[in-house]
Amino acid sequence: MPLAPGEPIVPSSAAPPFQPPAHRRLHPGAPVAAAALIVAVVFPSVVQSNYVTSVGMQAEILMCLALGLNFVVGYAGMLDLGFAAFFAIGAYTTGLLSVDAHWPVLATLPPAVLAALIGAVFIGFPTLRLRSDYLAVITLGFGEIIQNVVNNLSQTGGPEGVYGIPALSLGGFTITTTTGYYEVFLVLTVLFVAANYRVRRSRLGRAWLSIREDEDTAQAMGIKVRRYKLYAYMAGSVLGSLTGSLYGPALIAIAPPSFGFNESLLVVMAVAIGGMGSIWGALLGAGVVVAFPEVFRQFAAARLLVFGLLLVVLMVLRPKGVWPETGLGLRRGRRCGRGSWASGWLRPRRRGPDQLVEVEPTEGDVPVGEEVEL
Amino acid sequence: MGLLEVKELSLRFGGLDALSEVSLEVPNESLFAVIGPNGAGKTSFFNCLTGYYRPTAGSVWFDGIDVTRCPAHEVAALGVRRTFQNVRLFPRLSARENVLVGAHLRASASLLGILVGTPRMRRRERQLAEEAESWLAYVGLGAQAHVLAADLPYGMRKRLEVARALMGRPRALLLDEPAAGVSTVERDELADVIRKTWRSGVTVVMIEHDVELVMKLANWVAVLDGGRLLVQGPPEAVRNDPRVIEAYLGRRQR
Amino acid sequence: MAWGVVIPDVVAGLFLGAFFALVAVGYSMVYGILRLINFAHGDFYMVAAFVSYSLLAMVTVGTHLNWGNVIWVGLVTMVAAGALAVCVERLVYRPMRRAAVLSLMIAALGVSQVLENGVLNTPGWGSNYLAYPVTPPSNGFNVASVHYTWTQLAIVIAAAVLIFAVYWIVNHTMLGTAMRAVAQDRVAATLMGIKTDRVISLVFFIGGALAGAAAVMASLYYGQINYLMGFSIGLQAFTAAVLGGIGNVAGAALGGLLLGVLESVGTGLFGSQWALLFAFGALVLTLWLRPTGLLGERVGNRV
Repeated sequence: MPLAPGEPIVPSSAAPPFQPPAHRRLHPGAPVAAAALIVAVVFPSVVQSNYVTSVGMQAEILMCLALGLNFVVGYAGMLDLGFAAFFAIGAYTTGLLSVDAHWPVLATLPPAVLAALIGAVFIGFPTLRLRSDYLAVITLGFGEIIQNVVNNLSQTGGPEGVYGIPALSLGGFTITTTTGYYEVFLVLTVLFVAANYRVRRSRLGRAWLSIREDEDTAQAMGIKVRRYKLYAYMAGSVLGSLTGSLYGPALIAIAPPSFGFNESLLVVMAVAIGGMGSIWGALLGAGVVVAFPEVFRQFAAARLLVFGLLLVVLMVLRPKGVWPETGLGLRRGRRCGRGSWASGWLRPRRRGPDQLVEVEPTEGDVPVGEEVEL
Repeated sequence: MGLLEVKELSLRFGGLDALSEVSLEVPNESLFAVIGPNGAGKTSFFNCLTGYYRPTAGSVWFDGIDVTRCPAHEVAALGVRRTFQNVRLFPRLSARENVLVGAHLRASASLLGILVGTPRMRRRERQLAEEAESWLAYVGLGAQAHVLAADLPYGMRKRLEVARALMGRPRALLLDEPAAGVSTVERDELADVIRKTWRSGVTVVMIEHDVELVMKLANWVAVLDGGRLLVQGPPEAVRNDPRVIEAYLGRRQR
Repeated sequence: MAWGVVIPDVVAGLFLGAFFALVAVGYSMVYGILRLINFAHGDFYMVAAFVSYSLLAMVTVGTHLNWGNVIWVGLVTMVAAGALAVCVERLVYRPMRRAAVLSLMIAALGVSQVLENGVLNTPGWGSNYLAYPVTPPSNGFNVASVHYTWTQLAIVIAAAVLIFAVYWIVNHTMLGTAMRAVAQDRVAATLMGIKTDRVISLVFFIGGALAGAAAVMASLYYGQINYLMGFSIGLQAFTAAVLGGIGNVAGAALGGLLLGVLESVGTGLFGSQWALLFAFGALVLTLWLRPTGLLGERVGNRV
């Protein structure tokens, strides 16, 4: 039967007009993106340093991985701690096919993606219905297993890995320089950004987000939650594997240590630091994660320690990340925090019974940080 | 046979019988109210209807189809939508996006369309966007389309939930305490929305405590108490039924 | 397959399982009370091992093992590990009580990184495998032509005593009831007058202390320590906890033993590089086929 809205209801004038908080910006917009892109393209020529360009390339690789993980973690809300597995699948499929079977690199991309999809379905199908914490450990295990396997099998080169991976050739051009691969990964990053952007505004993206926000209600809207979770995992695997496929030709050799838990953790950190679900956040986070050890290179081993500390501090003070999709939140006014130690120094401690409930800080005129005591 | 029907529906949690052998029929295109004291099993009833809970015994039927064991998304696909007692919106999505999710089953799904943005896909998205805007206007939230659901005040969130449900073009709309916690003014606006919706041909089933609202809107009322169906009938008859009075107010002390 | 070949593996697996069980019980209790998979738990174990290493190195002459020393170092280590756990809880997890699960996990991973790299950068520790200052004597007894030392027996007994003590506390004391109450409904527990923050800290202390005990025992047993040893034991302990049923002490203990045996037999048959594979295979299978674990709570969804 036809169901049409008909004439709208006019809210009564007795109620005070509603003032929503300042419209939260979701992204800075096209001009900034265009400017950033131009800067990125000319970056190698400006810096004139192979080393810096290669760092830039590493940042792009991490950005690509973060954009892939963004589907899983950022949109669908599932924690994946073994994303390096798909990176490895892509890298090794391309590496082995191009070195052992002499396939041109481009031709290895479809089988690599297929292998990643098979892996995603194989692991995802029985486990994605689990609670997020269990899922996290399972994905961690998957990552470990893949690394274990490529490290132990002679077919994958064992601990030495695969070397002599041929260069990527597109049309007539063979790409052999660092700058060349920098631009290749830049293109890949742009493509992945576009994919993230378009998916976010589509039915698929909305379905994932609603699963992230409230699984049961999403199901009540007709969304097949299990299936869509699998789709997210598969989508992430495709992006991860494509990145991996191009990684080999860029570095000429690949070895198991590049595909372990630490690497998965870096990708997760990029997404978390930047802000979960936000495209700019993923790019920002990846940039920070790559830049940080470089900037603090003189501290050598201690820099990871400092990094870990900063990560903890960041999570405690700003659990949603630096730039989550709900916006930077710069206009919120002085926040007293939720009982973190930083705020404890700013506010006098009150002695009394255990706090029962902390009032959730909200925007608007509700006083922030008040604690309710019984 | 009614649009929605339950036969001998029972739901048991450990030692607690949330529902005991409830049998009732919701006629097509009716505005059906389910009332009863707290803990009577009303929300559990809804949960069984929508596939959220699996009943311990009995059956649930929608338009002649046995949906007892169907998962929630299949029941939704058949044309059932609901709102929740404690308003379950998607907090970090805007009002507009919340409503758009309601049209999930009607939106276009091709992967190519999503990635590349085919004309067909764009057209479909635009149509849905327009419809979403009009539903928002219908419930009086036209100006709040881009506000995050988490930022909306309570009354508006209730109305948003209704808009989201209606976007799914349901045949049956289940409202769980739509007037809970809203002011008198908002309640009247909500009543307008419900009545309009019902008039356009949607079967509305409503759990409600607000007796006035029920009297104003419903054309059939069922009373649950302690998990059992106590009585059902037209609103006036039910209201004056001594059993119902007893259930709400207790037995007269002699 | 001759059973005689497998039996020593099974018994070795039970020893391995004793360590897993100790760490798993702590892991499980923390998960039970906060619904948090504390990725840093394995690193409490690791830090404890290093602390005990340094303490023993200070008091040991040559490699002569003095049981008195071992015991007091063990106790001090347990307290230190417990204290570390409480510190982490207070500084990191408590302020984040209301944050999303994801953020909590990342914070836990951050803590793990801090601990690992902290140890890496501490002078005197570093990245190498360090030989434990004392070697337990190898005198013992024989069962079916395999030699077992008194030390191994002592370790197993000590582990059993500790686990039983925790089990008894959780299930037969008011304190344990408070813990279980907080685990099930924190707000209601507060309304009953339970100081939930203290209870949670106490649970962390116990978990840390158990990990500390396991660290000392394992270091004695294996003879060497390394700054990455926390990672794999953390994963294995979690697997054990899930296997046995997460959230309860008996389950974690049982899971630990079972996993130890599984891993030991598996690596005996197929080679030690596949140890982790066995652990994860067990985890995936358990979560797939019997999410409750052997003795535990329901996992997963409703309908």
